[in-house]
Amino acid sequence: MTQPNNSQRLWMYEQMLTSRYMEESIERIYMEGKTPVFNMAKGPIPGEMHLSNGQEPCAVGVCAHLDAGDIVTATHRPHHIAVAKGVDLNEMMAEIFGKATGLSGGRGGHMHLFDGRVNFSCSGIIAEGMGPAVGAALSRQMQGKPGVAVSFIGEGAANQGAFHETLNLAALWKLPVVFVIEDNAWGISVAKASATCIAQHHVRAAAYGMPGVFVENNDPDGVFRASGEAIERARAGGGPTLIEIETYRLAGHFMGDGETYRPEGEKDGLMKKDPIPGYRQRLIDEGVMTEAQAEDIAARARGRIDEAVQFARESPYPRPEEALEQVFV
Amino acid sequence: MTTAVKERKLTVARAMAEAVAQEMRLDPKVFVMGEDIGQLGGVFGNTRGLYDEFGKTRIRDTPISETAFIGAAVGAASDGMRPIVELMFVDFFGVCMDAIYNLMAKNTYFSGGKIPVPMVLMASTGAGYSDAAQHSQCLYGTFAHLPGMKVVVPSNAYDAKGLMTAAIRDDNPVVYLFHKSLQGMGWLGTEKGATVPVPEEPYIVEIGKAKTVREGRDVSLVSLGAGVHHALRAAAQLEKDGVSAEVIDLRSLVPLDREHVIASVRKTGRLIVIDEDYHSFGVSGEIIASVVEHDIGMLKARPQRVAFPDIPIPFTPVMEQWALPNADKIVAAYHAMHKE
Repeated sequence: MTQPNNSQRLWMYEQMLTSRYMEESIERIYMEGKTPVFNMAKGPIPGEMHLSNGQEPCAVGVCAHLDAGDIVTATHRPHHIAVAKGVDLNEMMAEIFGKATGLSGGRGGHMHLFDGRVNFSCSGIIAEGMGPAVGAALSRQMQGKPGVAVSFIGEGAANQGAFHETLNLAALWKLPVVFVIEDNAWGISVAKASATCIAQHHVRAAAYGMPGVFVENNDPDGVFRASGEAIERARAGGGPTLIEIETYRLAGHFMGDGETYRPEGEKDGLMKKDPIPGYRQRLIDEGVMTEAQAEDIAARARGRIDEAVQFARESPYPRPEEALEQVFV
Repeated sequence: MTTAVKERKLTVARAMAEAVAQEMRLDPKVFVMGEDIGQLGGVFGNTRGLYDEFGKTRIRDTPISETAFIGAAVGAASDGMRPIVELMFVDFFGVCMDAIYNLMAKNTYFSGGKIPVPMVLMASTGAGYSDAAQHSQCLYGTFAHLPGMKVVVPSNAYDAKGLMTAAIRDDNPVVYLFHKSLQGMGWLGTEKGATVPVPEEPYIVEIGKAKTVREGRDVSLVSLGAGVHHALRAAAQLEKDGVSAEVIDLRSLVPLDREHVIASVRKTGRLIVIDEDYHSFGVSGEIIASVVEHDIGMLKARPQRVAFPDIPIPFTPVMEQWALPNADKIVAAYHAMHKE
């Protein structure tokens, strides 16, 4: 099993931190104009906002094995994956603000981030990215072109019809695709155990004739190892893999979620397991980086996000009538 | 002296297959996916012969998983391929409308036009052979209502080939709806007027252009698909009564050639829309609204529509045939439009 080397671990740490800074910035800016009365339509970032705090290990452990030509489809909670896949941060932030300089000129927003330069897309509907990931993998297989597709989904998506149809199709055609379940234990307010009697979804892989792997403890290195093996197998023509990662949603389902459904004390417990300080300490303890290097990485990550926020704030809004364009090409 | 060359007639099914085959020879990125489209050649014959020529990789039978393979077509199209997928009966849209409408039709917009989705979704439509309410609908209005997809509906083999070629070459998603009674499959009953001369070489029928298939002075009969043939029969009957009817074949619903319809009604002053899809909230209402919005003064009489009643399509032939549009209903509509 491939262990991440030092530079890969530093890359993963930096991407996790960049993603977290992005979420913290968005969280702060999102509330502008939304107090004292919370109105989702108000402020510089209107609409639903699903933050990925806590789920960063899933994104970085997988994307460490991908390059720009590989395909990723992500979920309604896409920021950490977009950051790790190399989506342009300025254009992504501008899209989240609804600005003309955004990835789609403000047509998509935070749940519909498309960056063709790095083959990234996401969708607001549960399990919807699985079909396109399978199709992109089919495209590569038919053309004899390199590349794997990775479809990120949440644990709730394992109960969608698309999940079962696409796993069957991908295994049948032995496509270079990897399905990654980020199990954050909650589908909005419904606990995993209230949605299925299957404790861990990776066992469902057996039903479709593909390997299933479980990664515990939200561990970036564990995700790296499991996904490395799966992606290597896919690249070599060995077909798809289903991976389930035990992760944590440190925020609500969306901003404004009171999280009253969580058991007493769960949130406090999860905060203590925040993967970013934990990974930072591990890399220092194992001599991968010094405190000073950690500070440099943090400064660099902070700088990129601050620049993205400034770019988004200073960018113009599109002309309203541009809404009529780009329905067709 | 002219050399008499016997014109080659094709059925709609053959014309569709020929267009697909010719485009597949020209462009290795074109491939077909769907249920029973491989060795069987499609339940409605429109992929017949392709498996033998192109093999199972490019003529790809799928499991009964419309959500998966239509979603996969979106991903393949976004990655540079040009897939053609078949939804066997348009009625089956209920199991995969998310892939059609939330993916296929929206991803171009979501990418700001940077990631096109060049794919064709072909589906059979139409009633008339007692297949009941889950295998007989047209749903033209349903697809045309939702932005982001072009929608074409051929009425004959010439247009079927030209529209298919245009659809495959289009960089946008195109929904290609073919009516079962026009396919030339004997077991579904065959509309003879749909089997027409078809050139051997590839050609395009431009998407978004209606066609006047019969010139007339007194009334415009506007229809699509199988309805065009009902309209032509009605026009022949009306001629016996001294009424000159013009027949317009819309051919495309998205984009809709409103100008063509308006020009015809400006000439005739009367409008009847014939649509096998449901009466309310559909094609017939849209056509009439387009004319009235443009210039209500053009109309010499109340516009009429001959459409399927707002009921699930009944099984028993006595009910089904009673509910379907036909030439007699169009003639009756002409006479009704002048009554108080």
